[in-house]
Amino acid sequence: MKTVRVGAGLGFYGDSWRPLRASIERGGVQYIASDHLSELTLAILQKDRQKDPAAGYARDGVPMLAELWPLAAKNKVRFVLNAGGLNPRGAREAIFRSFREKGWKAKIATVTGDSVLERIDELRAAGETLAHMDTGADIGSVRARLLFASAYLGAQPIAEALAQGADIVLTGRVADAALTLGPLAHEFGWRWDDWDRMAAGLTLGHLLECSGQGSGGNFGSAGEWAKVPDYAHLGYPIAEVSEDGSALFTKPPGTGGRVSFDTIRQQLLYEVHNPHAYYSPDVVLDMGSLKFQDEGNDRVRVSGACGAPRPRTLKIVAGYHDGWMGTGMIGFAWPEAYAKCEKAAEVVQAWVKERGWPVEDSNVEYVGYNSLLGANADPTYRDQLNECFLRMTIRTQDRKVADGFGRLFPWLGLSGPPYVGSLKGVQAAKELLGIWPCLVRRDFIEKNILVETEQV
Amino acid sequence: MRVPLWKIAHARSGDKADRADIGLFAFDAETYAVLKREVTRERLAAHFAGMGIGAVELWPLDNILALKIVLNGALQGGAARSLRMDNLGKNVAAQLLRMEIDAPGSLPRLNSV
Repeated sequence: MKTVRVGAGLGFYGDSWRPLRASIERGGVQYIASDHLSELTLAILQKDRQKDPAAGYARDGVPMLAELWPLAAKNKVRFVLNAGGLNPRGAREAIFRSFREKGWKAKIATVTGDSVLERIDELRAAGETLAHMDTGADIGSVRARLLFASAYLGAQPIAEALAQGADIVLTGRVADAALTLGPLAHEFGWRWDDWDRMAAGLTLGHLLECSGQGSGGNFGSAGEWAKVPDYAHLGYPIAEVSEDGSALFTKPPGTGGRVSFDTIRQQLLYEVHNPHAYYSPDVVLDMGSLKFQDEGNDRVRVSGACGAPRPRTLKIVAGYHDGWMGTGMIGFAWPEAYAKCEKAAEVVQAWVKERGWPVEDSNVEYVGYNSLLGANADPTYRDQLNECFLRMTIRTQDRKVADGFGRLFPWLGLSGPPYVGSLKGVQAAKELLGIWPCLVRRDFIEKNILVETEQV
Repeated sequence: MRVPLWKIAHARSGDKADRADIGLFAFDAETYAVLKREVTRERLAAHFAGMGIGAVELWPLDNILALKIVLNGALQGGAARSLRMDNLGKNVAAQLLRMEIDAPGSLPRLNSV
């Protein structure tokens, strides 16, 4: 019986591709589904593109393929990656250049049509409100500050690219799971209205889209995390899929990490809203229908996916400029480490007030005490800490104020409380972004989708 | 008896726009029944009141012995405009594991070595 093995690629822009060697050499994968784009990555890529029109793609895709392609080609492994970002054709050019230098051959497809930043007014004129999905607010309020706007495409253009014979498929914004569903639909010839198979592909794509998080990384627990073997060589997960959509979920032999009922279900619910209606461009999945059977030895059977028809709309995520963040940090040692941080915060607050800086919001955190646990930090040992760091942040519309805020902190070294550390330079202003999720009629997007395949 | 969730469950959290979302998982069916009864929207709202959150949503998933929890308005407008160190809400799950509930001392995890 035919099976198709899809391996997880990267889980974010900057993730490690080193574990992919094991997936290709020993994991028997036929496809690598690699996710380079978070909700925010497109904002970074937009800035790259403003500086250089040939840029605007996730740069890690090029060295990743340059390193892995000989091994992948030998093993007939195809790559599906969204590293095209805002400029899939530019990404293809960069890969072509790299491959030509080495005399390598490959067929590379691009999928475009997702970016709608230039089409906002056209879509509004056609009657799409693009109102904020959660608040209902009008997009006009942020229109002038938009930095990017991209629709999440589904798996169909990916399957089309593979049908054209592409060895490497470069997309921009697609649903993360579409990177897996595309190859499965192509290999098995699944009908696009076979909702249960679509749902199965979505499930597996979702389990694969965060690289090591699907195989024991970031296993949120007390104590149990320490039982995950060999984090240093953690293998990325692999789905071995049958025609009916059921799958064996595993990882390459001889790697670290763990695939079990526990690690998989953590990834299943990760960044999911209503689990009974998990929306994607291709299908709506009910996670309550899924069955998991842990066979031990890093093997879990996944089956039972039930899907409902795909939505009539696609989701757009846009990002807009929303001010600047100023950051300062300073550390103090025992004695009274926490009390000295509090005192330093008071001093900085006084300095800001005296300068009359326009600050919209501010945050005071104590690293080593409550910067990660917030109001749920346990105060029992607060006043006996060996050391503590003060971290302060402000939000302002004035970039100079955000820069100036960071420059206040070194003064505390000689004119503040004693036993001070970590004056390792000043943090520059960081641009803040608001995220604008909204819906759009799918035919307005789909008519612009283009799949182009070229041979190097 | 009062039992902190970290002794009987595991959890992971993440972000989507201005929402923090958590998966809370029982190690066994007996514990799952207790979680379903004790971890209510009201108790969650109280536990996370210090974060300044909006509405809490909650779905039980019997097939994977899990509760899916969503805290709306929990991330200062979203990861890219948040001023917090934990702008991605990755530690919201750790905060949840500190919650204490009423549970029978007979639960398997409380009696395993």
